[in-house]
Amino acid sequence: MSAPSKKTLAKPGVKNIVLVDGVRTPFLQSGTTYADLMPHDLARAALQGLLNRTGLPKDAVDYIVYGTVIQEVKTSNVAREAALGAGFSDKTPAHTVTMACISSNQAMTTAVGLIAAGQCDAVVAGGVEFMSDVPIRHSRKMRKTMLSLNKAKTLGARLSLLGSIRLAHLSPELPAVAEFSTAETMGHSADRLAAAFGVSRLEQDEFALRSHTLAKKAQDGGMLSDVISFKVPGRDIVSKDNGIRPATMEQLAKLKPAFIKPHGTVTAANSSFLTDGASAVLIMSEEKALAMGYKPKAYLRDFVYVSQDPKDQLLLGPTYATPKVLEKSGLTLNDIDVFEFHEAFAGQIMANLKAMESDWFAQTYMGRKTKVGAPPMEKFNTWGGSLSLGHPFAATGCRLVTTVAHRLQKEGGQYGLVAACAAGGQGHAMVIEAYPQ
Amino acid sequence: GGSLLCLSLSAARTHVSYEVKDNVAVVRINDPTSKVNTLSRHMQAEMVEVMNEIWGNAAVKSAVLISRKPGCFIAGADINMIQACKTAEEVTSLSQEGQKIFDQVEKSPIPIVAAINGSCLGGGLEFAIACQYRIATKSKKTILGTPEVMLGLLPGAGGTQRLPKMVGLPAAFDMMLTGKNIRPDKAKKMGLVHQLVDPLGPGLKSPEERTIEYLEEVAVDFAKGLAGRKVTVEKKKGLVQKIQDFVMGLPPVRKQIYKTVHSKVMKQSKGLYPAPLKIIECIQTGIEKGNAAGYLTESQNFGKLAMTSESRALIGLYHGQVTCKKNHFGKPERDVKKLAVLGAGLMGAGIAQVTIDKGVATILKDTTEEGLARGHQQVYKGLNDKTKKKSLTTFERDGIMSLLSGQLDYRDFENADMVIEAVFEDLSIKHKVVKEVEAVIPPHCIFATNTSALPIKDIAAASKRPEKVIGMHYFSPVDKMQLLEIITTNKTSKDTTASAVAVGLKQGKVIIVVGDGPGFYTTRCLAPMLAEAVRALQEGVGPKKLDSLTTGFGFPVGAATLADEVGIDVAAHVAEDLGKAFGTRFGGGNVEVLKMMVQKGFKGRKSGKGCYVYGAKSKEKKVNSGAEDILKSFKLTAPPAVSADEDIQYRLVSRFVNEAVLCLQEGILPDPVQGDIGAVFGLGFPPCLGGPFRFVDSHGADKLVQKMKRFEEAYGNQFTPCQLLLDHAKDSSKRFHK
Repeated sequence: MSAPSKKTLAKPGVKNIVLVDGVRTPFLQSGTTYADLMPHDLARAALQGLLNRTGLPKDAVDYIVYGTVIQEVKTSNVAREAALGAGFSDKTPAHTVTMACISSNQAMTTAVGLIAAGQCDAVVAGGVEFMSDVPIRHSRKMRKTMLSLNKAKTLGARLSLLGSIRLAHLSPELPAVAEFSTAETMGHSADRLAAAFGVSRLEQDEFALRSHTLAKKAQDGGMLSDVISFKVPGRDIVSKDNGIRPATMEQLAKLKPAFIKPHGTVTAANSSFLTDGASAVLIMSEEKALAMGYKPKAYLRDFVYVSQDPKDQLLLGPTYATPKVLEKSGLTLNDIDVFEFHEAFAGQIMANLKAMESDWFAQTYMGRKTKVGAPPMEKFNTWGGSLSLGHPFAATGCRLVTTVAHRLQKEGGQYGLVAACAAGGQGHAMVIEAYPQ
Repeated sequence: GGSLLCLSLSAARTHVSYEVKDNVAVVRINDPTSKVNTLSRHMQAEMVEVMNEIWGNAAVKSAVLISRKPGCFIAGADINMIQACKTAEEVTSLSQEGQKIFDQVEKSPIPIVAAINGSCLGGGLEFAIACQYRIATKSKKTILGTPEVMLGLLPGAGGTQRLPKMVGLPAAFDMMLTGKNIRPDKAKKMGLVHQLVDPLGPGLKSPEERTIEYLEEVAVDFAKGLAGRKVTVEKKKGLVQKIQDFVMGLPPVRKQIYKTVHSKVMKQSKGLYPAPLKIIECIQTGIEKGNAAGYLTESQNFGKLAMTSESRALIGLYHGQVTCKKNHFGKPERDVKKLAVLGAGLMGAGIAQVTIDKGVATILKDTTEEGLARGHQQVYKGLNDKTKKKSLTTFERDGIMSLLSGQLDYRDFENADMVIEAVFEDLSIKHKVVKEVEAVIPPHCIFATNTSALPIKDIAAASKRPEKVIGMHYFSPVDKMQLLEIITTNKTSKDTTASAVAVGLKQGKVIIVVGDGPGFYTTRCLAPMLAEAVRALQEGVGPKKLDSLTTGFGFPVGAATLADEVGIDVAAHVAEDLGKAFGTRFGGGNVEVLKMMVQKGFKGRKSGKGCYVYGAKSKEKKVNSGAEDILKSFKLTAPPAVSADEDIQYRLVSRFVNEAVLCLQEGILPDPVQGDIGAVFGLGFPPCLGGPFRFVDSHGADKLVQKMKRFEEAYGNQFTPCQLLLDHAKDSSKRFHK
């Protein structure tokens, strides 16, 4: 590994902002041990875990930003509900952000912005996703009748409204992991994307297997130190992710396509699964962190958000975001020691890697002269990824950043890169610099 | 040795090639001389050669048939090939050759998968349904159908025999009698295709190229599956399907269906179109008397239909439409990127809708908030109806609507490349508008006027730059009517014309470009016919009888209904204006009848009353007794010598036709093709007659002149044949269409 001898990315006149530490609850397949919780319960666990891990005095936090995607309507500002229960001062404001799978990235960069602007010194950012319970609504017609019922004054009016209810009105509306703009589910889009880039079923299964194998190795080797133990009310203590399952290629090959039938290539096994989980990080100005006696883990440097066609390029965020953020930092792909990309689907990762390796794609769709270049696999998601560790939508971003910091420390690298795609055809990338040991 | 042989042979072929991949023969079709693949003689010959090679190759276990053209599988048979035939027997033998090829395909010892992307029409669909398996892309360009009926023909290569077995009798009738395009989702539901493949976005190649490649990959997999019997063709039938099959198995039920379909066709076509009846006959023969009889009837009927004047007329219209969908004035100096429409009425809003629909930013300006809101709602409704039909998503609708800027002022007109005014038909108002607009638009901006009768040069008189002034006459409802009549004055520049045509084409219009004059071409043809209709009404022919006489001649809308649709006020206006311009020749009915109706509020459909009463619910139209009273007060005596039903029909049509020919004689019309297209697409001239000029050719100018002379005796100069018509009557070798 290269020694941290390269130049630092500190810029004159720009505040150094650091990641002090990051934690997450174990990521569990939805419907398992967390099944009876509510989202803010999980978020609270992550926040408490962060306080325990850092020993941070609760009143030292200026602000809390939290991400979530599928909102529990009762706790629409889940940041505030979780913070209150976690014992933060009721004087600490909290708000919730949402940007699909990069929601906690958005939470973190919001924190960076607040600190850079001199408005805050210490911000907690994080994200939670709870797929064991999702809001299922009455149909629009039923809702309308029920709302009118509230206003109906006489018994006759009420009865006539009740009489207007038809069987069809009773069928509920289920949330789907689908684009609102195109009505296409993400898995379907991923399958088309894989086909567009000629990614075979075999390549996808191999990548999925790699993710699970590496995750297992990292879990067994104690690398996943961001995971905290969580005593689930009424249940046991949970301290491990439960979705890591290295299988054999034969087993993977047996699965039928999950979205495009019968000839598709995306299966349940080469997609990320529905996950419950929460994460949290402590972000501070370097001065404040040092003044409080912390040894920061990493600098959070340049970041970008990108967006493109939500139909045919839904999941290509990393391809677009990577060169943009590298350029901003004055780095090349070769300078990066650690890559952490969000693995939505094995096919999506492989498609991005192929897009990054294609001069034609770079010239035709990105306005570049040459290809971006794909990250070398030996530096890429070496402790597993969303496919194996799980993907609680709004919690993944913090996991990626914390993992980069930990891997840089472990492996002795200097720069890390986080990249992720998100619904809506959006994407994000951030450069992270190791804090001098 | 085998593969080498294929290579050397396929090198000589230009339209059909194939390669063997993993025991699957992938047959690729691509006509290098055309944008679309058609089943020309050449294509057929190469296809037969290739198929024989494949069938002779023991290593080939299955085959895939695919086109290399991104938007087209096979668009149909080669129309020119059919037109080149001189006799019905020749066409019949063409049909039999096609039947033979597809019969071999159907009986193929190895499974053949048709991989369909883009149009799969007519003979293309007949080819596909002879194959053992069909996979289609869900591309917007993928459509399946049997449009032969629209050319006065029938599916003559086994289609009438195979389709009923594949999709059932009712669906097969629907497809073949309407010629409608079927989208992939529907095709799958009907059982017309077995599998669908999603179109792909950007990858390592262009989306179009990669989508075809992907389709081929999927099709090859299915071909292998079929050969290895891992994929079965037979679908398990649901209960509904089983019941339907049972019911259709009962001869009395089928008999009833034939009867119902026959009477429906007769009702709609008035017996003027032979093709639908022949189609019914083919299907019935095949089902009731077996394959051999069915195929024979199909090929014989195909031959007979190809020789009918109706088919020639419809094919002529098809060719004319293709011509009128091209810009013959070159590429305009600049693209119209921003269009402004003045007046948010029915026409203005319609023009705005078809413009934003194609991605061009459009300003819709009106003078009142009320008018603007109405127009805005019209555009929204037009687009929203498409989302209901699923041809547009709500997001696409919203994106399109975002291109529309509704406003009451002239804001942003300085960025307009073209202004189309659709304000009230009054010369002084139009002049005021020209001046107001020219004060705010940039120098390059074109000023187009949507008028149905006012001469463009009169409107341009108020302009500082008449070379930028042009007429764009749209037809109502703009989003449904295909025609756009563009009118140039002698001052209009060629670039202005090129630009107007380019905009019209973008809006999806079929375009005729005509010279300036009162009523231009279309209104000028319509006015004398309507004048004659009013006379007939005054003579005591009731609106319903008048409608049935005109629809019986082939007009899709009866004359009385048409007047209500156009608007009695508009008709009165036009009759008066053109009456002034052309004198007694445009007489006939009394204009006062129309004026009186307007006075009483009978302005046609828009006001709820015209010749008919437009009730909210009942479908049955009732004659407006108020209008009948007016007609009684203007009663004329019908001269018995020219008042038989057929006489009334020919009085109406001959005035229309004579005026059309006169427009050609005077140079208002550049050619008969545009005359026919304008009359059929703008005014509903009977499509089975192919337009006024083709009608003169097929009916015989001499016969028409004879009739007109008889009418002339009774009524005077309204029926005086024009010189050009007389020339054609004198010399039967003179024809408008070769």
